[in-house]
Amino acid sequence: MARFIVRRLAGMVLVLFAVSVLVFAIFNLIPNSPPAQRLAGKNATPTLVKSIEKDWGFDEPLPVQYFETMKKIFTGELISYGDQLNVDERIVEGIPASFSLAIGAAVIWLFFGVLLGFLSATRAGGWLDRAITIGSVAGISIPVFLIATLFLYFLTYKVELFPASGYVPLLENPIQWAYHLLLPWFTLAILNIGFYSRVLRSNMLDVMREDYVRTARAKGLDERRIMIRHVLRNSLIPIITLFGLDFGATLFGGAIITEVIFSLGGVGQYAAESITNLDLPPLMAITIFGAFFVVLFNALTDVVYAYLDPRIRLGSSAQ
Amino acid sequence: MAFEPQPDPALPAGEPDEGFPAAPGGVDAEGHNPWYLAYRRLRRNRLALASLALFGLIVVFVLAAPLWATHVAHTGPNTTHTTEKITVDGEKREVVDVEGKPIGPVWFGAGGRFFLGADGGLGRDEMVRLMYGGRTSLFIGLTSALITTILATILGLLAGYYKGWTDGIITRTLDVIWSFPVVLLGIALGTALAVGGLKIGPLELSGNSIWIPILIIAVVYTPYMARPIRGEVLAMREKEFVESAVAQGAGSLRIMFGELLPNLWSTVIVFFTLNIANNMLLEASLSFLGAGVQAPNSSWGKMVSLGAESIYTSPLLAFAPGILILLTVLSLNVFGDGLRDALDPRSKVRLTRAEAAESAAGGAI
Repeated sequence: MARFIVRRLAGMVLVLFAVSVLVFAIFNLIPNSPPAQRLAGKNATPTLVKSIEKDWGFDEPLPVQYFETMKKIFTGELISYGDQLNVDERIVEGIPASFSLAIGAAVIWLFFGVLLGFLSATRAGGWLDRAITIGSVAGISIPVFLIATLFLYFLTYKVELFPASGYVPLLENPIQWAYHLLLPWFTLAILNIGFYSRVLRSNMLDVMREDYVRTARAKGLDERRIMIRHVLRNSLIPIITLFGLDFGATLFGGAIITEVIFSLGGVGQYAAESITNLDLPPLMAITIFGAFFVVLFNALTDVVYAYLDPRIRLGSSAQ
Repeated sequence: MAFEPQPDPALPAGEPDEGFPAAPGGVDAEGHNPWYLAYRRLRRNRLALASLALFGLIVVFVLAAPLWATHVAHTGPNTTHTTEKITVDGEKREVVDVEGKPIGPVWFGAGGRFFLGADGGLGRDEMVRLMYGGRTSLFIGLTSALITTILATILGLLAGYYKGWTDGIITRTLDVIWSFPVVLLGIALGTALAVGGLKIGPLELSGNSIWIPILIIAVVYTPYMARPIRGEVLAMREKEFVESAVAQGAGSLRIMFGELLPNLWSTVIVFFTLNIANNMLLEASLSFLGAGVQAPNSSWGKMVSLGAESIYTSPLLAFAPGILILLTVLSLNVFGDGLRDALDPRSKVRLTRAEAAESAAGGAI
């Protein structure tokens, strides 16, 4: 197990390096305009462009530029050109709201995804199964901003059930915290409830055909026990991989649209503001951190997976 | 190729097979080729057919944009009518009132003008904008899905067939793209390219070209399709029909595109359908955030973001394009599911993985 973890971590470091190079390339090499101009954004003054050219050392060789850029991002020296504020500080400020949103939504989508998937698979072919299947396709097809605007219009305006915007820190007032986040949580969760119930249903239907399930039935175990102990438990393992990827992506700047519509002031909203101002340094930092979270959770998932399934950690490949 | 030891599903659906009743190629036990069987299965799936019809209606709706604009609405998608008055059922009304609130749906009250009312403070005809915006959305969805499908199929074939270092390079590169939250990578690329445009060799795109979001979306989603394709090729290349092709002296290209690709068609077609849906959703998200389609172009996603600004006074401006995106994506997803069941009813395991990949893609929104 220890060897597996070490190998996995080494792979992770390599991917992180590649990710940072790609982000550097996106903002410095691919586009067709001088890098200083691009970093400064469309509306920058010539003096600002000149000073950026000097600050970032765009006359230096590329590896030096890459190194300097990464140093700025990871030591918290990155300055945005829109408002001249420290980028990392703004990101840290946004983290409580973004994490609250992602964690709450994840709990909801796991709970309802597994519940609906289980109900659907155990009643395959019935009317409940059909209803859940149709609901799941609708769930994965509805754009996030449509759910959000429907919630806003009908539940905060037509019927004033919920607050329309704002984030209340958890430690300040836990009840208001949850009350303000309830609509954003469901907005973000609906897509994944649809996906997870579909994936779980199809996994469970596969597992039900396995020999050990027939054996359990032959032994005379009762149906509920078979469904929960044998079928559900084995069907949940692939869900863990999925969850690792999705959660990592949602945690850091992955819930941009939800954050924007409900004005939660998190990392995602900071990213969205930076698009409007065409202010690239914050986007660069958020993209790198966002990818780091995905890679980190991917690696964590693999370790958990290897713990649950010995065939993986004993295999030769670290994939 | 005198000996074709493998059923060849690449025969076109309409190919008459009466002439070769006993030929092993393309004919199964019932005497029909697999495409015909798939077509028969699909024809029985009424939900899938209804979805296809709905998608067809939406396509007709957006294609009819110029007709509606010239003959019914008598205005263009970007023409403003801020200070105009129109006669609705014999009563004069302002298109945009003094408080800046646009007129709501008047249906045929003004002879088809402002059928769904006007948009925000500019007083543009919402119905006309909806039809033209849909053209952009569908065009981006279709083209980027086509590019994703071609890229992913070629990369998956190369990686799965050659294995070794070719596979290593392709898989690692795709892993890096896979490591980004989808929307975040789209935004980073979209914003960086919107500032200065794109120039690769002879190809030059200005910052507001719709080819920029098309290329971004196509590249961002490629790993999600290339992975399952590679997996299938890896499993398939050990089969006897590949061995027999090798024994006949077929070259690598011939094996990849003549032997392996025909066996991938059903997967590729299903993925293409689902890619259009996924890509349209990503386009809408990027445009909503301002990192997709740039002015003067418009799309449904961009219209929702404009409409969201006046959500409490004119909710229709956000809901109408949003619901059209939902209907398009829903019809494609349901049809894609039906297509998959029809083409390959036994493909349970593989499809679960495919769904897992889609889920990872969609989860980042």
